[in-house]
Amino acid sequence: MRFEAQALSARRGEDLLFRDISFALEDGEALIVTGPNGSGKSTLLRVLAGLLPQEEGTVRFVDGGEERPAREACHYLGHRNAMKRELTVEENLTFWAEFMAKEGAAPGMDIDEAAEAVGLSGITHLPFGYLSAGQQRRMAMAKLLVAHRPVWILDEPTAALDVKADAMFAGLCQAHLAAGGMLVAATHQPLGIESVKSLVMKGFEYGEALA
Amino acid sequence: MTALLLRDLRLSIRSGGGALIGVLFFMAVVAVIPFGVGPDLNLLSRIGPPILWIGALLASLLGLDRLFQADREDGSLDLMLMQETPLVFTVFVKCLAHWLSHSLPLVIASPLLALFMNMDALSVGATALTLLVGTPAITFIGAAGAAVAVSLPRGGLLVSILVLPLTIPVLIFGAGAAYAATQDPSPFLPPFLYLIALTLIFAVIGPLAAALALRASSD
Repeated sequence: MRFEAQALSARRGEDLLFRDISFALEDGEALIVTGPNGSGKSTLLRVLAGLLPQEEGTVRFVDGGEERPAREACHYLGHRNAMKRELTVEENLTFWAEFMAKEGAAPGMDIDEAAEAVGLSGITHLPFGYLSAGQQRRMAMAKLLVAHRPVWILDEPTAALDVKADAMFAGLCQAHLAAGGMLVAATHQPLGIESVKSLVMKGFEYGEALA
Repeated sequence: MTALLLRDLRLSIRSGGGALIGVLFFMAVVAVIPFGVGPDLNLLSRIGPPILWIGALLASLLGLDRLFQADREDGSLDLMLMQETPLVFTVFVKCLAHWLSHSLPLVIASPLLALFMNMDALSVGATALTLLVGTPAITFIGAAGAAVAVSLPRGGLLVSILVLPLTIPVLIFGAGAAYAATQDPSPFLPPFLYLIALTLIFAVIGPLAAALALRASSD
């Protein structure tokens, strides 16, 4: 599998926010996107996830010689958790597991296993709105596990997390990479993942891709 | 897709879902008419079907603005946009869930409210039947409006105004068919068939337009 971006540029208002961003990820590789606030990290991730149109360039996902739309291969964890406060955690996770299930794709973890993996087993019967901000974030991460996607796109994944949860999340990422997955993360904190590519965004100054 | 249907139905009956708001509004509109019109029973039974139709139309426009906005606010919409499942289909299922939770209760409540309007059995049956067939069209049209206004905070009234002109044909044929059932010279079937046709057309056009608008509105 290969996930690549070629000469991407995106517009915010009148000007190009970034241009000529290129990188390529193979199985088990990670890309960490860093840069100051407003430098276009989130925009880049949303372009990669197919949620914003790019001005120029292409995003491609190739699986065994066959090209598939990139957004379908991606999991996107943005600033918002994409979970309903009124539903229980279990209902939320079951919904995403079923909604995102694909025929012929690797199955995701089951709900209890995923809750265990984020260290919150035993509270899946509670409404999502009852959880604390950190717990909500961790349950949103469990969503990455219940439906399998080869590429994880993470936007500030560890905001609102304590040190222990940081380590837990680094473990999840490593397991994902070890299983041949890929990830692109925008973050200020080191995710504790070894051997990653990095990309520094400068915003309107057109930073060079270091990948 | 069953998962999406069940989730939206569940959400509509949980706190803040607002499935019953429409019915309450419908009830309020219809219940005050007899007081305004006065105790002329013949007049009431004659204007009964149109009043029920107008009430149902306004009530079903009420909750439409939240159709996609709630999902957009918590980020769920992003994930829905990324799936392999065609977005049109996702939108269609959301419309279906919305109709089941918000419009079907109106159809079920309409025979009860018909009592306020002194309507006879045939007229009550015809009105309920035309509402059953016609209200899906309103939901599908409304979905397009809701998708266009998805990124606007307080887009509620705007959605209603946007889709109101498009719902007029539905109202004309719906109320027309319900009225025709009790008035001898005018035939029931032609307007009723037009109503079915409108629902079928909008079941295709509505989700298509909504899907296009949602793709364009992401930021």
